[in-house]
Amino acid sequence: MSLHHATAAEIGRGLAAREYSSVEVTRHFLERIERANPALNAFVTVTAERALADAQRADARIARGKGGLLTGVPLAHKDIFCTTGILTSCGSRMLANFVAPYDATVVERLDAAGMVLLGKTNMDEFAMGSSNETSHYGPVRNPWDPARVPGGSSGGSAAAVAARLAPVATGTDTGGSIRQPGALTGLTGFKPTYGRVSRYGMIAFASSLDQAGVLAQSAEDAALVLGAMAGHDARDSTSVDAPVPDYAAGLDRPVKGLKIGIIREFFGDGLEAETGAAVRAAIEAFRREGATVEELSLPNLPLSVPTYYVVAPAECSSNLSRFDGVRFGHRCRDPKDLMDLYRRSRGEGFGVEVKRRIMTGTYVLSAGYYDAYYLKAQKVRSLINADFRRAFARVDVLMGPTAPTPAFAIGAKTDDPILMYLNDIYTIGANLAGLPAVSVPCGLSGGLPVGLQIIGPHFAEERLLAAAHAWQRLTDWHRRMPQGWA
Amino acid sequence: MANGWETVIGLEIHAQLATRSKIFSGSATAYGAPPNAQANLVDLGYPGTLPVLNREAVLMAVRFGLAIGATIAPRSVFARKNYFYPDLPKGYQISQYELPVVARGAVEILLEDGSRKTVGVTRAHLEEDAGKSLHEGLGRMSGIDLNRAGTPLLEIVSEPDMRSAREAVAYMKKIHTLVRYLEICDGNMQEGSFRCDANVSVRRAGAQEYGTRCEIKNLNSFRFVERAINHEVERQVELIEGGGKVVQETRLYDPDRDETRPMRSKEEANDYRYFPDPDLLPLEIDAAFVAELRAGLPELPDAKAARFAREHGLSEYDAGVLTASRELAAYYEEVAAGAGEPKLAANWVMGELSGFLNRDGLEIGVAPVGAAALAGLLKRIVDGTISGKLAKDVFEAMWSERKDADAVIAERGLRQITDTGAIEQAIRDVMAANPGQLADYRAGKDKLFGFFVGQVMKATAGKANPAQVNELLKKLLAGP
Repeated sequence: MSLHHATAAEIGRGLAAREYSSVEVTRHFLERIERANPALNAFVTVTAERALADAQRADARIARGKGGLLTGVPLAHKDIFCTTGILTSCGSRMLANFVAPYDATVVERLDAAGMVLLGKTNMDEFAMGSSNETSHYGPVRNPWDPARVPGGSSGGSAAAVAARLAPVATGTDTGGSIRQPGALTGLTGFKPTYGRVSRYGMIAFASSLDQAGVLAQSAEDAALVLGAMAGHDARDSTSVDAPVPDYAAGLDRPVKGLKIGIIREFFGDGLEAETGAAVRAAIEAFRREGATVEELSLPNLPLSVPTYYVVAPAECSSNLSRFDGVRFGHRCRDPKDLMDLYRRSRGEGFGVEVKRRIMTGTYVLSAGYYDAYYLKAQKVRSLINADFRRAFARVDVLMGPTAPTPAFAIGAKTDDPILMYLNDIYTIGANLAGLPAVSVPCGLSGGLPVGLQIIGPHFAEERLLAAAHAWQRLTDWHRRMPQGWA
Repeated sequence: MANGWETVIGLEIHAQLATRSKIFSGSATAYGAPPNAQANLVDLGYPGTLPVLNREAVLMAVRFGLAIGATIAPRSVFARKNYFYPDLPKGYQISQYELPVVARGAVEILLEDGSRKTVGVTRAHLEEDAGKSLHEGLGRMSGIDLNRAGTPLLEIVSEPDMRSAREAVAYMKKIHTLVRYLEICDGNMQEGSFRCDANVSVRRAGAQEYGTRCEIKNLNSFRFVERAINHEVERQVELIEGGGKVVQETRLYDPDRDETRPMRSKEEANDYRYFPDPDLLPLEIDAAFVAELRAGLPELPDAKAARFAREHGLSEYDAGVLTASRELAAYYEEVAAGAGEPKLAANWVMGELSGFLNRDGLEIGVAPVGAAALAGLLKRIVDGTISGKLAKDVFEAMWSERKDADAVIAERGLRQITDTGAIEQAIRDVMAANPGQLADYRAGKDKLFGFFVGQVMKATAGKANPAQVNELLKKLLAGP
């Protein structure tokens, strides 16, 4: 078996057994990136030198017998995580010159685990998008069909792992930005509970929704990487001070007796037929394995898209105020006064979608509109929360589709923001309620991957990973690779 | 002020909390460091950085709240105040808006006529300070110094309860005293650690509605507060009496020209778009924590002043003066206890000591004559070793030579003459030297008594006990 057909866990085991060195593994992936990235545009920066240095260190550590299961395993970071001495662009012209002076906590922890940094992946600008088309660095292509999008905003990470240019990659999920690209590229995309992973060093889009996670080939890989990056961080006040379970150790929990709720609202109009059929078939398979299934209604969930498009832009409009051309990032040429500096630096530095959200967010927070929009959205948010709480009083997990359709063509929705926003209709709820959720590949529609979404109550990561792992022992959807990248 | 008008004043005081590090980052808060030496990535608003609340700042805010009898909110919320300015790195200031940590307190001030007045404190909330823009010495450029950015402030908002500039100053002094008693603010007004904005309006006497107010920004001395308010009141009254209308606006006081003038209106147009800061959890304070802090409060100025009045027999006014700062009160108490005469101690602390401190521009903590030394001097007055008049000379010598009273008295031979024989001898010498005056006195010119007192004191270099001099003179002048 070629190295790139191996999961991160398999590579880790091979390294531990000295079947190959981390330097060999790293070279293998760097070569693949060099060959395939021009066609996919998955990476903004490839850190070849750094990767080889990391790999040498990892090999030495393994030789000393001090390695963990991830030591020497390469990975890619979404370009939203600050990495010392490396361009951290956030997919924006605004930060096209920004070399971060510090490491994000996620970067620091995976580094400490001995993982090897291959590079930084492309993304929608400031994580605002569902197709990776808003990036300053151009769209990422879906390895399953390069004419199609890989989803977004973590589109570069998804494409990189799907084409096996990296065994695993980090992502962030504010409204579905890990799960939706995971679904569209046939990967396991895991978004943990809000607060499970530190946001320190992760460039903020919408602070109350942003959460770091993993794009992986398997639930096992997700469990390993999540375990290494999760945990309390005193530098993030919203990070939760609770012990991190050994996620990998809990993978083999049986499905038998698992109480599954099917979200009725996720199977209405707008769901593509083949996608719906694949998801229903997957749930049926869980039932055959001994799970119980009941249909539930979460009546306020259909309000999640409008709620999200008030809350997220509001926070973004404030979070992105720091990009003013004064201390870092893009500064316009020869500003004639302060206002000119602001107007042109921001006007030139931000793309269309980011500007649209800043304007929306500024509007909904304005005097006279705050109550009608922002405050009302917060109220609806707590109603959605309550819907989930009621559901989890009855069932262990909720299941449904991750995205309404498989990957769509590049350019198909760029002129219609509403149509684009509806792509996240099934994923946004978990962000608004801060819940953990995972997308696992569960079939194909027209030859393109379809994702099954599993949502759990707060801090039920283990339960979700065990369910996803059980599914992946039953099926091989997660091992299927797109054609042309062997 | 003009007849028939009433002034209405409310103050927003900004007290810089005396924490070692900033309110949301680990940077130091010390004053006077080179520009940007105390600004880390969080203070610079770097992408990906997050605020972490400084527990010490919360503790200080709660202590203040308890000291003014306010409600400590079991749950308060940090909000973002959004506006663009180069010295505001994140493009928003983290403050508290709808739910402040301290609400509904009050302080009492002593008015000039001796009556007391209660001034309501609407709220006090925690917030971060901004940095500074520097425009001088940089040519066409402007500089930004972010050392101050993120320094914790307690903004203390009063009710519009004050009716004159004097009352406003008394209130501000009261808060100034309190924050220093609590050791939550160094009170240094020159460095901007304690400053205020004044909201001023006028209305016809007896009117129910408030007039339109103007806000005077950034007053950093008690004198400026008084002058700025008086000028603003005058301006508003003149304006209205001249048929004009007060426009609600923010004004700056210019101490050089002694006037207020409107700030550029860019400040006015702002809609700050406040909303809860999603990076910070609501601040939750439980009752046990509050009780613990309450138990740890020092004796506060009002209680201390009442005790001085009650136990030491001081007037309310004197007790108020002596409790203006914790250091002064402690000094006075030590002197009073050492000398055993509280009133004498009070007079000396408020008189000679304060005068010398003022003259030399010194704080009481570094007074060349310490409390124990002053008590030592007063003891010599009480036991009759020296007269009160001589004691002033001794004090001056103690101050400049940093010696204790007994050393000065011994060195200069200032010990009072109480030996009757010695005084009698001096009197006889004076009588012998002034036969004419003596004859006149004995002939009925009583006024010459003072002349003889003066001569005797001169002859004894002022050391003779005055009471004894009087008594013996009367006897001897009357004749054998």
